[in-house]
Amino acid sequence: MTTGENPSTAGWEPGIVAFLCNWCSYAGADSAGVGRHQYPSSVRIIRVPCAGRISPFFIISAFLEGADGVLVSGCHPGDCHYTSGNLIARRRFILLKSLLEHAGVEEGRLWFTWVSASEGGRFAAVVDTVTKRVRALGPASCLRRRFI
Amino acid sequence: MEASAIVRTVRERAAELLASGRVDLVIGFEQGSMPMRAAPCFVSDADGTDRLVWNSFCGVNLARFLRGRHGRIAVVAKACDTRALVELIKENQLCRTDMVVIGVPCAGMVDSAAVEEITGHAGITGVEEADGRLLLTAGGSPVSLPREDVLCRSCRRCSTRNPVICDIAVGERAPEPEIPGFLDVDQFAALPSEERRTRIEAEMKRCIRCNACRNVCPMCYCVRCFADDAFPQWVGRGGDPGSVMSFHLVRALHLAGRCVECGACERACPTGVDLGILNRRMSADVYRHFGYRPGMAPEIPSPLSTFSPGDPEDFMLEPDRGRSCGCGG
Repeated sequence: MTTGENPSTAGWEPGIVAFLCNWCSYAGADSAGVGRHQYPSSVRIIRVPCAGRISPFFIISAFLEGADGVLVSGCHPGDCHYTSGNLIARRRFILLKSLLEHAGVEEGRLWFTWVSASEGGRFAAVVDTVTKRVRALGPASCLRRRFI
Repeated sequence: MEASAIVRTVRERAAELLASGRVDLVIGFEQGSMPMRAAPCFVSDADGTDRLVWNSFCGVNLARFLRGRHGRIAVVAKACDTRALVELIKENQLCRTDMVVIGVPCAGMVDSAAVEEITGHAGITGVEEADGRLLLTAGGSPVSLPREDVLCRSCRRCSTRNPVICDIAVGERAPEPEIPGFLDVDQFAALPSEERRTRIEAEMKRCIRCNACRNVCPMCYCVRCFADDAFPQWVGRGGDPGSVMSFHLVRALHLAGRCVECGACERACPTGVDLGILNRRMSADVYRHFGYRPGMAPEIPSPLSTFSPGDPEDFMLEPDRGRSCGCGG
């Protein structure tokens, strides 16, 4: 992840913060490792108890502190460890994504998905897709904290 | 009903309520310290009800002042005040049985800044209202303006003119305008992302982080606001662009599905930031995705405290599809 000066795009790799729910997606990332699925090293994983635990502020803070992209992943609908945390979170994410894009954050920086504990291959594919999209957009500048 | 008749009825009803002991306090408006200003006023004595007024400058949302008070309270409320009351009752912040709503129909409130602009910032020393016109005294000479030309931004797009909940109705029902929809939001969404960002940044640049928008908002009642948190400090206290932007983004998200679009924040803003630029986006999304208009029906739960299995999911990433198709514009 890059902070401070704008990195030159040559040789630049995006920094992506991934918020993964403890019960499905974090275990999914684990099984990607166990299953030896290759995926880009651009993600920094933060484990949260549930997708419903993710305050929009976590995501905005990640952008403020210099993340180029943010990925949020939880259990598939119906699989939530807390029954409906992911479905309540889904409503919140609809609004958050819409608001950030409204405010000029490019489409393609913020991603939501469901990954279950057994879907190691899917997790690798998700990270791959997200990294490609964020790399194409270049370094993020919209919400970065600028000290004056 | 003429404005003076409304004032008379409000005073009479308030005096009756206080004298009979039905309520301990009446919250309404009194004449402010300057023309074109009305200030919230708290009357606990039947003799004090003469202070109450009702005019085109009663823009503050009085729902703000009911929380945390003991006893039964009567409130002189226009439509957006009652919508905020409905939301606060839904969130268990107020008890319907402890309040008496004196409902007043509203034809929109006047933006005193717009009046000052049209009259060239002349010191306005007096204002009267008659037949939908404002009669102003500015620098000794009278000026007459149609009210329609100087309505607040939020009042121009308002579609609820009559109180949603009401115990004592004052005046005749105002005609309800057709719901104007979200044309402004759609027009803004049609702009390229770079242009939207520039416009919002220009708007946010004027913000001095005085927190007036938060302090005047009827729906902002958190005991500990995220903006005041020092550990972790989510947003800086000063005016660096990132902090200002994230303060307003998170405030818009906290108000999503709850904002009644009374425009109190915009009227309170000392630098005239168009806060609706973010809040209207949320209102449009909440209406389109969840079919919800805040403050209209006490029995419908708040959209973000519930869910539906069929909520839209097309904004989510399906790696096989390779792309998402975006959400809402």
